[in-house]
Amino acid sequence: MKKNGFWSRLFMVLVFLFLYAPIFVLIVFSFNATKSRSVWAGFSLQWYVKLFSDEAIMEALRTTLLVSAAASVVACIAGTAAAIGIYALKRKSRGIVLSVNNIPLTNADIVTGVSLSLLFVLAVNAFNSTFGTRWELGFWTLLIAHITFDIPYVILSVLPKLRQLDPNIYEAAQDLGATGFTAFRKVILPDLMPGIVNGLLIAFTMSIDDFVISYFTAGSKVSTLAMEIYAMARRKISPEINAISTLLFASVLILLILINIRQSRQDRLAKRQKAILATKK
Amino acid sequence: MKNKWLSVPYIVWMAIFVVAPLILVLIYAFTSRSGGFTVENFTTMAQYVTVFGRSFFLALIATLVCILLGYPLAYYLAREGAGMRRMATMLIMLPMWMNFLLRTYSWMSILENTGLLNTLFQKIGLFALINSVFGTNIEYFHMINTQGAIVLGMVYNFLPFMVLPIYTVIDKIDYRVIEAAQDLGANTRQVFRKVIFPLSLPGVLSGITMVFVPAVSTFAIPRLLGGGMVTMLGDLIEAQFMGSAYNPYLGSAISLVMMVVVLICMAVMNRFGEGEEGAVVL
Repeated sequence: MKKNGFWSRLFMVLVFLFLYAPIFVLIVFSFNATKSRSVWAGFSLQWYVKLFSDEAIMEALRTTLLVSAAASVVACIAGTAAAIGIYALKRKSRGIVLSVNNIPLTNADIVTGVSLSLLFVLAVNAFNSTFGTRWELGFWTLLIAHITFDIPYVILSVLPKLRQLDPNIYEAAQDLGATGFTAFRKVILPDLMPGIVNGLLIAFTMSIDDFVISYFTAGSKVSTLAMEIYAMARRKISPEINAISTLLFASVLILLILINIRQSRQDRLAKRQKAILATKK
Repeated sequence: MKNKWLSVPYIVWMAIFVVAPLILVLIYAFTSRSGGFTVENFTTMAQYVTVFGRSFFLALIATLVCILLGYPLAYYLAREGAGMRRMATMLIMLPMWMNFLLRTYSWMSILENTGLLNTLFQKIGLFALINSVFGTNIEYFHMINTQGAIVLGMVYNFLPFMVLPIYTVIDKIDYRVIEAAQDLGANTRQVFRKVIFPLSLPGVLSGITMVFVPAVSTFAIPRLLGGGMVTMLGDLIEAQFMGSAYNPYLGSAISLVMMVVVLICMAVMNRFGEGEEGAVVL
């Protein structure tokens, strides 16, 4: 294909500018000396200081990170197991299972959220009236909801890796004396790993980014960062939100750069190994 | 390795937390407040026809803008070198790690009457110029709390969902196919029209789904950027479940109708595009 000329490069730059301008604005105004969101009044770290003493926001941040981490890890393990199981199913039943798997992906978030909240309210009420407890929607329902919409992403990123697998190597490992689980751990798992890690990352991203489903399933006592912002938007939003956005953005950026460095180092290592092997032949 | 029993816990989980809740929505939609069977929920919905129309219209515009911006971006991206491509896809994914409400909230401060854009226009003397030319007396452009602001918010939030599937599909096109077309005498434009574009259609279709569905059902974006002035389907549903108008039966009915209309749209579209595999994941 032809390389990009000046105009197409300019177009790309403009679109990326569009994507990043609001984030840039958030970051700049997190260091503003006054509460204003549009007039620069000098450098200050006061919003960062206030942020760490704001119990509501810190609590929401903790909930968000905890739910996202727990849900994506559980979804990652459950999704990998499920993908292996689905792969072994007969064609027809696999088709049915995979279309159910697609429901949370293609359905509007609000429908997923609303339908889960109906289920949770019914279940909690039924439980309370039979056992005389006073349970409410809260962290656990939030976690279940997140796991439910995370698993499909993991399955969809692990399944292609299963398809690429050579079916003979598992048997070869067993022939060489490995038990079923050892063969899985030493032979199959390393091949699936890129898909699993990718699934974990996507699941975590989706959990962090979610607002709608959390909003309907978290009940009134627990709230995630997004819910906190949404509640604030009705009153007045404090620049502490800018500060926390900046911190989140910075940590993600550092994380991604680290992953990238590791990846390119691995690439280089693999290339060198290949070169050495080639010379030995 | 062939262990199909591993899928059982998952199937049970999905039956309880995906299928059962949707069946509940279906049941609630046909239930009256007193608990009997009714279709009243659907007949009372007639008063919300304008809300339905507005939601679908705004989501459609946002989807079109996303294609117009996202397709060229994905296409140009696929022509870049490997390092650049990896960085660019990372840059597209990166904003998603900040919750979308944070990013939408930032647009509030940009679009406000006393916000950044208007301040900028003021500084460069745009208003003075307009006022002296047209004899008007404006101090700001009214941008926030309009339907335009809502569409902007949708485009901004959902653009990555359009770019990534298209990019993935174009990136996978066998380069030899393009070379073959060139060998047969096609120029750049013909190669694009006859080879690349048709092959990229599955990506466009899944992009459309991934933008249109969240756009038509959003309620946070109209609340933040529309200032609650513009009611959309999402607001309507939210009000039935969380708001003062608590009526999950009507809310379920609206959700159901929205779901069915969206499904019909998707089915028609997929028929058009001979849709291959439905969802291309990121």
